[in-house]
This record gives sequence, structure tokens and C-alpha cells, in this order.
Amino acid sequence: MALLEIRGVSRRFGDFLAVDDVSLSIEAGEFFCLLGPSGCGKTTLLRMVAGFDAPDGGAILLDGRDVAGIPPEKRDVHTVFQSYALFPHMTVAQNIAFPLTMAGVGAEASRRRVEEALDGVSLGGMSGRYPSELSGGQRQRVAVARALVDRPKLLLLDEPLAALDAKLKERMQLELITLQKEVGITFVYVTHDQQEALALSHRIAVMNRGRVEQMDEPSRLYGSPRNRFVADFIGTCNLLEGEVAAHSRDALELRLDGIGTVRSSPVEGQVERLVPGVRGVLALRPEKVAISREAPLPGHNRTTGKVFDFLYLGDVTIYVVELDSGVRVEAMLPNSAPGRAKFFEAGDSVHVGWLPEAGVFLTD
Amino acid sequence: MSAAWRASLQRFLITGPPLVYLLLFFGIPTLIMVLASLRLPGEFGGLAPLWETGPSGTELNLSLESYGRFFSDSLYAWLFFKSFLYALVTAVACLLLAYPLALLIARSPGKRRDLLVLLVILPFWSNFLIRVYAWMIILGPESVLTRTLNALLAGLGIAPVELLFTPFAVLVGLVYVHLPFMVLPLFANLEKHDPALLDAAQDLGAGAWSRFWRVTFPLSLPGVYAGTALVFIPAFGIFAIPDLLGGTQGIMIGNVIKQQFLDTRDWPFGSVLSMVLTVGALALAGLAALFGRRTRV
Repeated sequence: MALLEIRGVSRRFGDFLAVDDVSLSIEAGEFFCLLGPSGCGKTTLLRMVAGFDAPDGGAILLDGRDVAGIPPEKRDVHTVFQSYALFPHMTVAQNIAFPLTMAGVGAEASRRRVEEALDGVSLGGMSGRYPSELSGGQRQRVAVARALVDRPKLLLLDEPLAALDAKLKERMQLELITLQKEVGITFVYVTHDQQEALALSHRIAVMNRGRVEQMDEPSRLYGSPRNRFVADFIGTCNLLEGEVAAHSRDALELRLDGIGTVRSSPVEGQVERLVPGVRGVLALRPEKVAISREAPLPGHNRTTGKVFDFLYLGDVTIYVVELDSGVRVEAMLPNSAPGRAKFFEAGDSVHVGWLPEAGVFLTD
Repeated sequence: MSAAWRASLQRFLITGPPLVYLLLFFGIPTLIMVLASLRLPGEFGGLAPLWETGPSGTELNLSLESYGRFFSDSLYAWLFFKSFLYALVTAVACLLLAYPLALLIARSPGKRRDLLVLLVILPFWSNFLIRVYAWMIILGPESVLTRTLNALLAGLGIAPVELLFTPFAVLVGLVYVHLPFMVLPLFANLEKHDPALLDAAQDLGAGAWSRFWRVTFPLSLPGVYAGTALVFIPAFGIFAIPDLLGGTQGIMIGNVIKQQFLDTRDWPFGSVLSMVLTVGALALAGLAALFGRRTRV
């Protein structure tokens, strides 16, 4: 049985449908991400699970029990807020002890568990500090320790790393993964940062306009986006417009605007829809596009163009290639060759190629 | 002109005028009062000349006589204590009335909040004395309030009571006049509270009662101290309200000080009483500041 089950939940604010018939099922011990742009309904969904808001339709089941009407303080669910919401008038130890005090845990047992929780987030010795005396990363750890100290069934995290700088963010991500593994508590993590979602989660639900667009493991979400929104939102993607030219059981031929006929591979579940003439986009990740001075190896789809511009990122360089037809394609090349920073300059004529199975054709 | 020099000039130009103002209208008068408390009363009121040349030579007319008079008559200590009690009850009553109101205002949505704040400061737009006179009418023997109350008491077989010219009337006036001074600092504090803190407390298992006593109230303590000081200190030395509403029973130390200057015309003794009031109020304010500093927000 799933730990958290969301069945057909909707939430409307006036004319605005914030959450539109969402169904999810999250297993115990899972690190689950709700990913989407701001305003997609992910935070509203989280607040309904925590109990701060109630669905207009549908049901939320925690451990098989409908939680409708149960106030937040009675739910076995804690939240790590975006602002951390640490109590400024309490020390670190008092903050962490708060849920224990509320649950009526005795002073001695409470003190011991606060110590353990502090050690668990490597903040031993900080117990007497006030939140104003802590760094951003330390505050974040206190907020997590406070929410985990009484072992809730479910921990909700609302963009908890959004306020941290990139370096610290990366370190806290690793810490969160380790911590989640250690405590074994189910995490539901809300973020608009697709990289963060890919790095952290076992499964991700991509949300847009109140609906779940796709729910999958990170690698499948990245490799086989189900629609244009997901392909565009997760990572960067070339979206090449075109239509189906011919389709057999295991081969798909596309006619791409400004490129011509290319071979592709059919996506399972879409076979019936891919009749000739159907329009859509070929979603092609930049790192799967090869560019070279010589013609690419046989078996590749190929075309030619000129390097329009490039973006040097250190480990990789992204080249924007303008094809002869004016269509632009991005290609990402690792700067792995020793002693070489980049391969092409703007204006270079290049061959562009990709393997038929590298892209996914998504119908409109 | 060096940058440092310019910065200090700028600082002086900004802080100078209020500093001069305070020096002229607070510092110097206080100094005059200290000196006056050490001098002798004049034959026809006011102050006796600072020195007199008599047959035995020139004498300085300075003495601690007025202080001696204050400490030898327990009537004045009693009056101070009574005024302290009035001020204390006023502060507590204002706090109890103002806290829920300030909380309501702070948690109201934008437009309604502005309207409620406006209503709180609205009384300041009319004259203080006129508002106190209004209370004389409301509490007067022929008022609807008094008549209704006495009719109810008669029904219970209790003798009729008077409201005006009683300690009760003084307290009503004191609370009424000072209430905004409690509401505003409390509101200013409560408005700044991060609502996420209450969400977090609730999320971590706190019911409404715990949320108030463990989060809202402790965080509002600076507002409570500020409001209490703003109510307590002026209420301690006030004379207009007991003058108008208190009759003979409701007299406070402020009335006695006023009497010393205007009626008895014993300026040195009036100055002594003012000195004691000032020192007492300062001591209490210092105590409040000490408390306020110990709570961190």
C-alpha cells in the first residue's frame, strides 16, 4: 500500500484552477519530487497534504486513511518551509525540541533526542545558538532536524534550498540524499529547479498548470519526455518541427522543416498515432548532437550548417549551429581533449549528425 | 574637505537640530527644576532670592528643606503609591484591551487594516480635553449609563451609585486616553511577525493556544514593553483626568504638583515632587528597557 495517495485532487481559487485532478501515489521510503514552474500548483498540492489547505475535490490518503478534516497539528506530516520558519526567540535546541514538547515528551528524553538530531545534521555544539547567529546552510539543517526529530511518516520540503548559493546548494543536496537514506522517512520535495529534482529524487512528477504532465524516474523523464512541455522543461532540448513521413513497426521516418527526411525511432504507446502527416516536434538533447568538420559516420542523420555562436561553460561548450535553411540546432561537446578549449569558431562550416534513436518525436 | 570631516558634519547637521531642541526645552528646564528644588519658597510664592544680604552678612538661600518635608510626611509617599497603582492598573487594562485589538488589526487584510488603524488614531483629531469632558457627560449622574445602571441595581435591591468623581471614573478616563499608545506599538510589532512561523508551529503539532503562548506572545514582548512604558509613564504624572473626573477622592500626584505651582505657589516643593516623579519614571523606564533587551527578536 502506498504511504501517500492523492486521488483526483483539485483546488480552485476563484476562476483559477490551481490543482486540476491530480492523482499520485508515493511509496514509503521514497524521495519524491514535485517539479514545475512557479504557479504550476505544486506548493498548493503540498499545503493540502500538510493540512493548511483543503481540496475542492478528490481525496488525500495517508497510510490508507483519508486525512480530510484533520488539522495540520494532528497530521503525522512535517514541513520544511522555504524560509525555514525557525523560531527567532528560541535557541537551536529549543527549536528542535519544539515538536517533542508539543507531543509531551519528557525533558530528559527530549534533550537526548535533540542531541541526536543535532549530530545527525552535523550541528553538534550549536544547541545554544540563536537562528540569527547561524549561516543559511546551518539554518536549513536546523529546519530539517526540527522536522525530523519526532520521526514523522512523511516529510514535505518546500523549495528548501532555493535561498542558498550554488556551491552550498550542491552540498546540501548530497546531505539531504544521505539523510533521507539514513532515516528512511518518505520525502516529498517541491522545486522548480529541474537539475535539483533530477539529482535528488527516485521519482519526479512534472507539473504544469495544475496537472501532472509526466511522472517517472529521473533518467526516463530526461531520456523519454512524453510531451513538448516536459522535453523543454527538463534540461535543454532542440525542438525540431516536422511531420511523420512514413511509419512501420520499428522504423519512423520524419520530414523535419528546413532539414528534410530523417530516421527516428517510434516511442512505445504512440505507434497508432504516428500516421503520415501528423505534425509534432523531434526532441533532441544537445549532447546527442554531433558536429564535426568531416561527414559523420554512416547510420547518422546528417545535415550541414555554420557555427552561429557558442557558449563556453568550462566542462562543455554549447555550439549553436545555423543550418542552411536557417533552422538553429544546439550541440553540446565535452571539452575533454587535453590542451584544447574548444573545437570550432563562429562561422566555421560543420556537419551535424545524430543517431536515429537519439531523439523522441512528440506529436502535438 | 576630507570625507571623514564631511561625514561628521553631515551627522551633526542631521542630529544637531533635535539635539538643540532637547537641550533647550528638556535639558535646561530639568536643570532649572533641580536648582529650584534646592531653593526656598518666596514670600509671595515663587522662589526666594538666591542670596540675601542681612545684618549678619550675605547668605545663600539654598537648602534641602523641601526634600525634608517630602520625606517627613507619608501623605506624599502615599500619593505616589496611589498614582503608581492608577498607572499600573491603567497599563494592565490597556494591555488586556489592546492586545486582541492589535492582533485583529495586524491579521486583517490590507485595506481593512488601514481603516482599523485609522479608527484607532481618529480620537487624536479632536481635543484631549473635549474628549475627557465627553466622559464627564457619559458618566454624569443624569447620563443614560448611570440611570440604566442604577435602575438595574435598584432591581437587585442595591443602593444607587455614582460614577463620576470616583477612582473608577479616573481609571476609565486614563484607559480611554492611553489605549492608542498601547495599540500602536503592539500593532507595529505584531504586523512584522512572519506568518510562516505560525504555520511551522502548527505543522509541528502546536494547537491554537500553544501557538499564541509559545510563538506570538514571546515575539511580541518588545511591543508589550514599549506600549506599557508609553502608557505607564504619562499616566503616572497626569493631572487633567483626575482633575476633571476624579473629584476629591481621585487625586493623583500630578494634581498635587500642579497645586504647588499654581495654587500654593510653593515652587521648591513642587520641584521636589516633580524630581521624585521624574526619577521614579526614569527608573521604571530603565527597568523596562532592561527587560526589553533580554528578549531577542
